[in-house]
Amino acid sequence: MNGARIRQQIAFGVLGAITLLIVVPIILVILYIVINGAGAITWEFLTQAPRGGMKAGGIFPAIVGTILLVVGTMLFSLPLGVLSAIYLVEYARDDLFTRMIKLSVVNLSGIPSIVYGLFGFTLFVLLLHFGTSILAGSLTLAIMSLPVIITASKEALESVPFTYREISLSLGATKWQTVRYCVLPYAIPGILTGTVLSLSRAAGETAPILFTVAAFYLPRLPHSAFDQVMALPYHLYVIATQVPNIPISISFATALVLIALVFLMNLVSIILRAHYRKKRLW
Amino acid sequence: MPENSHESVASHTVPHGPEADRPTFWTRTRRRIGEPVVEACIRLSGLAVVAFVFLIFLFLLKDSLSLFREYPLGQFLFGTQWLPISDPPQFGVVPLLLGSLYVTAWAILICVPLGVGSAMFISEVAPKHLKNVLKSLIEILASIPSVVLGFLGIIWLAPVLRNTFGLSTGMCGLTGSLLLAFMALPTIISISEDALTGVPRTYREAAYGLGATRWQTLWRIVLPSASSGILAAVMLGIGRVVGETMVVLMVTGNAPVMPRSILQPLRTLTATIAGEMGETVGGSEHYFALFAVGLVLFAITFAINFVADLFLRRARK
Repeated sequence: MNGARIRQQIAFGVLGAITLLIVVPIILVILYIVINGAGAITWEFLTQAPRGGMKAGGIFPAIVGTILLVVGTMLFSLPLGVLSAIYLVEYARDDLFTRMIKLSVVNLSGIPSIVYGLFGFTLFVLLLHFGTSILAGSLTLAIMSLPVIITASKEALESVPFTYREISLSLGATKWQTVRYCVLPYAIPGILTGTVLSLSRAAGETAPILFTVAAFYLPRLPHSAFDQVMALPYHLYVIATQVPNIPISISFATALVLIALVFLMNLVSIILRAHYRKKRLW
Repeated sequence: MPENSHESVASHTVPHGPEADRPTFWTRTRRRIGEPVVEACIRLSGLAVVAFVFLIFLFLLKDSLSLFREYPLGQFLFGTQWLPISDPPQFGVVPLLLGSLYVTAWAILICVPLGVGSAMFISEVAPKHLKNVLKSLIEILASIPSVVLGFLGIIWLAPVLRNTFGLSTGMCGLTGSLLLAFMALPTIISISEDALTGVPRTYREAAYGLGATRWQTLWRIVLPSASSGILAAVMLGIGRVVGETMVVLMVTGNAPVMPRSILQPLRTLTATIAGEMGETVGGSEHYFALFAVGLVLFAITFAINFVADLFLRRARK
């Protein structure tokens, strides 16, 4: 028995070391960016357009662009995602169509982001004549975010107890009234948590916006949904690889702003989840 | 009059109810027309999800076929040269395919043992508070945008690897593999952990009852029982690595040549599309060739996800 105990000690020690090997770099990566980027973050950096071949000035247009893209993405993906989840949970029978939807959700989540970029380019930019625009980029990102929103909404709807539906239906409410007044309100926090999480992913994506919206250098703000914009992830890619002699602190600061934005969105989603657990009725 | 007062009481006690006692014209119209409209929208949304997958496939296929009208399919699939702007151009996909294969294989080799090991630690060994901290850190890793890791690869990892291995350039396959392994960890850890946690408690109790230690139980009982879920985790990890674009575009050196070693510059399928799309002329052979590369990528990830889904289903049973 003693040998087995020693072997257990060793094995758990190895597993712990492996975990440390993963966790320590995560902390180091964050610290590395914060330490190197924090110095360059000034009010001017956050509120002004880039100047002097992007070697000076700020990243304001890129911040605005990314926020616009996130909002645009939400406008398209939230209703579509929630309605499809409602279909799957409340309406769908176990037939071929339902199985096809489920398979499609699985496959959408696996399609590489660059393929979404190609698709968005041919469908929205060329075929529908939206041009390289916020509209085309948002739609592309929206389709990419769908699987996460559908999966999260599905789980939220499924977690609402079945008795809620039975009681509503027994009182004479129709199917939609039941869903609208007795199921959806209780599922909304879960849906929002998943949505914010998927939007934070969309905010950091570069490949889908390469050919659909992102502008290399565009110091003015967009006037309509048919304008191009700069976006934070693409801007970081540009200054890290395409433009020589960019002061390294500017790149770090851009990375820091991008990470801060994504973390902020994650934080919102975590707070929503905690709030939701506390108020849960079942 | 009594009826009226009854109605007013009812509407006060249920001010937000979907139904008034006596339906007005509008509520009646909403019920008769509104409901079918809403339900039609719900069905359409379901249909849209299926339509998107079909459309993506269709668009890739359509533009790929435009290439194969002028460029033989065999030369695309088996050609070993990718020279899109030479005369005549060569669109052999093999170097890119091998580039993706090299980078993916190394990344998976690195991250599967680490990911499964730490999933075992998180689900079976770590006390509850430590477990929560570790899971939050993994979620933080999952949320770091790939372009940020690519940037760190250029700034920090590539020079380190160059000095360590004495390479002529740090922009090589291994730099990409290491970063991709790091990025795939959250997927592998969270799905493996779910699989381990999902093993019925009775299995463990039976093992403990026979005098097995926690480690023996974990290694001989829990891990084999969770194997379907762990395989699904590995498959999804592979899917994530194959499809990742920005990191490989930024750090693997972008050399579309037949790779001989992971320490060489190479180029993946994804990086080729991202890197060359901006330079092509719409409707040219090169443009269509990039869609054909996209189709290859679509087919690979479709197959991987299909298999992963099969494993996940088996794990749930």
